[in-house]
Amino acid sequence: MCGTTVCRVLSHVLLDNSLGDGLADTILVCFMEMRKEVQRGWDETHFGKMGSYYINRTFFFDVHPPLGKMLIGLAGYLSGYDGTFLFQKPGDNYEHHSYMGMRGFCAFLGSMLIPLAYLTVLELSRSLSAALLTAALLTFDTGCLTLSQYILLDPILMFFIMAAMLSMVKYNSCANRPFSAPWWFWLSLTGVNLAGALGVKFVGLFIILQVGWNTLSDLWHLFGDLSLSMVTLGKHLTARILCLIVLPLALYIATYAVHFMVLNKSGPGDGFFSSAFQARLSGNNLHNASIPEHLAYGSVITVKNLRMAIGYLHSHRHFYPEGVGARQQQVTTYLHKDYNNLWIIKKHNSNSDPLDPSLPVEFVRHGDIIRLEHKETSRNLHSHYHEAPLTRKHYQVTGYGINGSGDSNDFWRIEVINRKFGNRIKVLRSRIRLIHLITGCVLGSSGKVLPKWGWEQMEVTCTPYLKETLSSIWNVEDHINPKLPNISLEVLQPSFPEIMLESHMVMIRGNNGLKPKDNEFTSKPWHWPINFQGLRFSGANDTDFRVYLLGNPVVWWLNLLSIALYVLSASVFAVAVQRGAHLPVEVEGLSQVLLRGGGQLLFGWMMHYFPFFLMGRVLYFHHYFPAMLFSSMLTGLLWDTLLRLCAWSLASYPLARCVHVLGILSLLLGTAYSFYLFHPLAYGMVGPLAQDPRSPMAGLRWLESWDF
Amino acid sequence: MLGFLQQPVMVTAEVNLNMVALTAVGLLSRLWQLAYPRAVVFDEVYYGQYISFYMKRIFFLDGSGPPFGHMLLALGGYLGGFDGNFLWNRIGAEYSSNVPVWSLRLLPALSGALSVPMAYEIVWELGFSHCAATGAALLLLIENALITQSRLMLLESVLIFFNLLAVLSYLKFCNSQKHRPFSPRWWFWLVLTGVACSCAVGIKYVGVFTYLLVLGVAAVHAWHVIGDQTLSNVRVLCHLLARAAALVVLPVLVYLLFFYIHLLLLCRSGPHDQIMSSAFQASLEGGLARVTQGQPLEVAFGSQVTLKNVFGQPVPCWLHSHQSTYPMIYENGRGSSHQQQVTCYPFKDVNNWWIVKDPGRHQLVVNNPPRPVRHGDVVQLVHGMTTRLLNTLSGHPRGLRDPALPSLDIWALHATSALSSPPSAIPGSGNPRGSSPFCPHSQSRHDVAAPLSPHAQEVSCYIDYNISMPPQNLWRLDIVNRESDTDVWKTILSEVRFVHVNTSAILKLSGVPLPDWGFRQLEVVGEKLFRGYHESTVWNVEEHRYGRSQEQKERELELHSPTQVDISRNLSFMARFSELQWRMLTVRSDDSEHKYSSTPLDWVMLDTNIAYWLHPRTSAQIHLLGNVVIWASASLATLVYALLFIWYLLRRRRRVCDLPEDRWLRWVLAGALCAGGWAVNYLPFFLMEKTLFLYHYLPALTFQILLLPVVLEHISDHLCRSQLQRSLFTALVVAWFTSACHVSNMLRPLTYGDRSLSPSELKALRWKDSWDILIRKY
Repeated sequence: MCGTTVCRVLSHVLLDNSLGDGLADTILVCFMEMRKEVQRGWDETHFGKMGSYYINRTFFFDVHPPLGKMLIGLAGYLSGYDGTFLFQKPGDNYEHHSYMGMRGFCAFLGSMLIPLAYLTVLELSRSLSAALLTAALLTFDTGCLTLSQYILLDPILMFFIMAAMLSMVKYNSCANRPFSAPWWFWLSLTGVNLAGALGVKFVGLFIILQVGWNTLSDLWHLFGDLSLSMVTLGKHLTARILCLIVLPLALYIATYAVHFMVLNKSGPGDGFFSSAFQARLSGNNLHNASIPEHLAYGSVITVKNLRMAIGYLHSHRHFYPEGVGARQQQVTTYLHKDYNNLWIIKKHNSNSDPLDPSLPVEFVRHGDIIRLEHKETSRNLHSHYHEAPLTRKHYQVTGYGINGSGDSNDFWRIEVINRKFGNRIKVLRSRIRLIHLITGCVLGSSGKVLPKWGWEQMEVTCTPYLKETLSSIWNVEDHINPKLPNISLEVLQPSFPEIMLESHMVMIRGNNGLKPKDNEFTSKPWHWPINFQGLRFSGANDTDFRVYLLGNPVVWWLNLLSIALYVLSASVFAVAVQRGAHLPVEVEGLSQVLLRGGGQLLFGWMMHYFPFFLMGRVLYFHHYFPAMLFSSMLTGLLWDTLLRLCAWSLASYPLARCVHVLGILSLLLGTAYSFYLFHPLAYGMVGPLAQDPRSPMAGLRWLESWDF
Repeated sequence: MLGFLQQPVMVTAEVNLNMVALTAVGLLSRLWQLAYPRAVVFDEVYYGQYISFYMKRIFFLDGSGPPFGHMLLALGGYLGGFDGNFLWNRIGAEYSSNVPVWSLRLLPALSGALSVPMAYEIVWELGFSHCAATGAALLLLIENALITQSRLMLLESVLIFFNLLAVLSYLKFCNSQKHRPFSPRWWFWLVLTGVACSCAVGIKYVGVFTYLLVLGVAAVHAWHVIGDQTLSNVRVLCHLLARAAALVVLPVLVYLLFFYIHLLLLCRSGPHDQIMSSAFQASLEGGLARVTQGQPLEVAFGSQVTLKNVFGQPVPCWLHSHQSTYPMIYENGRGSSHQQQVTCYPFKDVNNWWIVKDPGRHQLVVNNPPRPVRHGDVVQLVHGMTTRLLNTLSGHPRGLRDPALPSLDIWALHATSALSSPPSAIPGSGNPRGSSPFCPHSQSRHDVAAPLSPHAQEVSCYIDYNISMPPQNLWRLDIVNRESDTDVWKTILSEVRFVHVNTSAILKLSGVPLPDWGFRQLEVVGEKLFRGYHESTVWNVEEHRYGRSQEQKERELELHSPTQVDISRNLSFMARFSELQWRMLTVRSDDSEHKYSSTPLDWVMLDTNIAYWLHPRTSAQIHLLGNVVIWASASLATLVYALLFIWYLLRRRRRVCDLPEDRWLRWVLAGALCAGGWAVNYLPFFLMEKTLFLYHYLPALTFQILLLPVVLEHISDHLCRSQLQRSLFTALVVAWFTSACHVSNMLRPLTYGDRSLSPSELKALRWKDSWDILIRKY
């Protein structure tokens, strides 16, 4: 196992000598049985696949920023993975594909969390036992362990978060030697890690806010120091702006630059992006495309909504179900390229074939009245005074008529935004609106997802409110007309800032679009700290090999208790200080550790937990893990401090030392034993479910909601 | 002893004529022609129906806010002798003669009028001059949007009133804290703060933001009290306890009181009963109570019951079955068991009746004495009309099922796939062999997936086709809210789950409407993946009687007849409160887009308006339209305040004190309450997903207007260095105020709707393109 040796060497380099081999060995826990499981678990389907995309250089779309997947791809590339595995369905066997590099990379970063937490707590509390306790809590947590075993973004994200936290704490301790080499080192390392955290998932924003807050209070402190001149303060400010804003931003943008540079082939993500964006991708039909420039009658076109991630105007041979407006053919928007996206522009009053070579080419002009015929089904785009399926205040849009002959409700006026009447309409560049002639409404997409009968495509409506929003503006993307000359559209390529902006808009919309469906069991933020419910990684039945993501309940409930205890003890100290009580020197020191160090950790926990209550998107149990790291560090720091206080209140020295050591040891052994009990969750178990007495987990289903 | 007689009895009255005058003009501006227009204006159509419900004492459920606001409006109706008979269905409908329009609109108008002198008091209590205080009051007086909103039967003006009252009484409390803590006056203002906060929350949930602001300021002040080392520890504790009691405990109690009165008033069943649990419905007069009154409490073997799903989403419904069977082959090519359908049906029906049967016996009647069903008992459920047994199928009881599905399903296709429909979303490409991810259960294993939720088992009523699918119709009863493991299954009260004995699947309402073959009733499935608690797996007995008839014909007659026998049950107030509050918070409102909806960004500079009412014949109309001068200058004042505050703060940090300490504290407190009040009442709207309207901004605007004279006085006192500058500045302020009055006067016809304007006049009033002013086309 080469991974383990590398890991061992690295951990020796990184850890303090005082730790010895003990902690280094714990890191191996992550690697122990990794090789056994050759099936792919769970979400590897996504991130593994995206790693393959990088290797194959095909463009894809994901709601997360690219850094994490790029690193996975790089790890796969370096370890000889060729990107050919399909990653279709969870549970497929890897067979001959070399997946260990990618898994090993994630597992390595996952195990690095433990030394990082160790060093952070050591720095904050200056107490070896607190740091050891923290390290043990994280080592023996089945949740962290499970999460780091697979090809996922979370271990990478957590690594960067913890590294940012550590470097921030380190740099805080260098505050008395400003502008020294370590000061610069830790400050810029903080910036680098912030960029890393944000580059993996947008959740990295929370650690940025934490570091930002820390920096602000730091600057405020310096600003109040009258011995510092304004010039020095200016230097301080500039250093922070450079290292914490400019540097991370540059790195973040650099990851995108690499992302777009590597992914230059057309792939499954094309449809999410605007027509101009797609022109960059080789293999896409807009790349170096030459298509007729002006729209003419008889042209076959695809129409794309200008709002990001809405897609193409689409119809198919299925009717709206009974009770949803008129029972006519569905019209939707669809993100993928498909022959059902093709429409033919026709004159409203004649059905003669405009492609007849004897007729002259007639261009469509701004303000013309047209009919759009769906190419596959020969039905016309139609609207009428029926309410739309989801947005009740809008009108329904359907496909109507047979072989192109319908009624006057099929007539639409085509308008170009900000152009004079009579102008021709340009492919790709003209922003057009389609106004229904009889009702006066505007064709738009509400962006709402239709239920199953609509194949979960998006709703198209005709809105009677003439507010100019992007969702009612369209552009023509593909354009086929044999009678017109093709013109190269090279000029369209967007600049890098435009690409950045667009991909962010698409990601944000994608994130907001991840709404829980009705009646779906979703994880709620209040479930998380109480370890209410886990997540199945693989297998559900008693005969399968099962892995279940669940925190070690002993660790998690101890964390929960510790937060309450911390709030209590910290407020007692704070009130005592505010009342002007004189504390003995030892207690004074401990209270400082508790209020300052513990305060930072508590703040970190809150920053990584409470924002989820405000999020409308689908949430999962694993979103809690960054917060859980902070809460474990808080637990380590708190119990050590409390035990020291307890020991201090006992008079005699040997007894005091004994109490402290015993307390720490019992906590360590307790968590270790609980890990022994719960380790099958992470390493996988076979056999009957837990309610069966023969199960390996019999008697351990302490909450009914745990379904392992 | 009679010493007081030796002195003449003196009454000294100090009358602040400013206050009197402000109150008078406030009343005049809000009450003038209050009963005009005698038609339903905008959201009156919404609040009106609830007033009618109160008048008729019919229970209703409104998710938009707690009941106190509705009750206040209803109080107006009560005082005016309204009988509740009016059909609130259309904006602009003429009120019939039995509707006391004046008294219905009186309370909001009074609140709006009294806000004017209160603004004066607040600025004065903040420590600013009478001139600034009068200015603040006058600005509120001439603000057109506030006038419009308070002259109608709407709640915003009442909310603003209580918000201001909370701030004012807290300031009064603070000022008496300096002189005489624990005096009656001190207690009075402290208690009033708590009550006012609670009233504000009781009117609309957004009132909670002002409450939190007041709590925050109180917490900072309490922290200073803790730090005051001249006070003894006991004294500090008393201070803290008094604040906690008045600002935390008291508001909670008052809030509960609102609900208590609400439930006391609304004692009859009404149109929203269905949303509530059976137990709650049974506590209302009429409706379910009439049906369930006198049912036997304990469910026994042989009982006839209807089973209601506790979740009630998307609609409340009962477990149902009927003669029709599942289609052999579904549209997507998957097969079914072709057994009798089991659904959830949202209407009362004779087919909702089920009989609880003991698997060991054949009879379907109750023994004498009845043998109650307990937690953990195994039962069969017999459909009353068809006598078929509730069943779910799995060929292999040990469960050799496809392991692929769950991870895919639970993890919900993590990211992209939720957006991008897989290629199979292209219609017509359904996989006929049933091996697509949507139907993993191959037919060879006899494992039948539910019609629309393929990860779950199909539930049916078993028809013996004499083929290789043996019935599996044993269900273990799991009482969720049991107190002990031997608890008896009780009507209405017990929440139970049915766990399938062979497969340990749980009977669950998936909530998906079935296609035409299932008559659009809701799908019921056997959930086998998720075994944790969820309300959709929980059922309760609603109607219940002991079965007596042996024969099917008699039994059918029995099922058709209403239930009898007498026992009554009551739900405690706290149980009813918590259920009602929970339903109010979770009830889904139609968040469809509205013609006049707007976004928070439109509000600051008044880029939007709402047309409230248009005279049926003339073009007299009422708009919610603010005084542009005041809105713009108030926003500007907030910006100036923020910049000045940061500037002073930074300079103080460098030990440069521009302001004396007391002035600085006054300045900070004014900012915390006024600018803070604006921020807490405005910024949260950015996070809200419901439909937003301009009137949501009015509470924030009120606080912003209070800040305006504060900033002006500060500039005049501290930033104008010479007498000349000061005079110039005063002249400017006077000019500005005059223009505000002028604008207010120009918009007056749209505020009161009393005068019909010509189309050209209306066009001239359309100062912004985004304003929607109605112009008749003749």
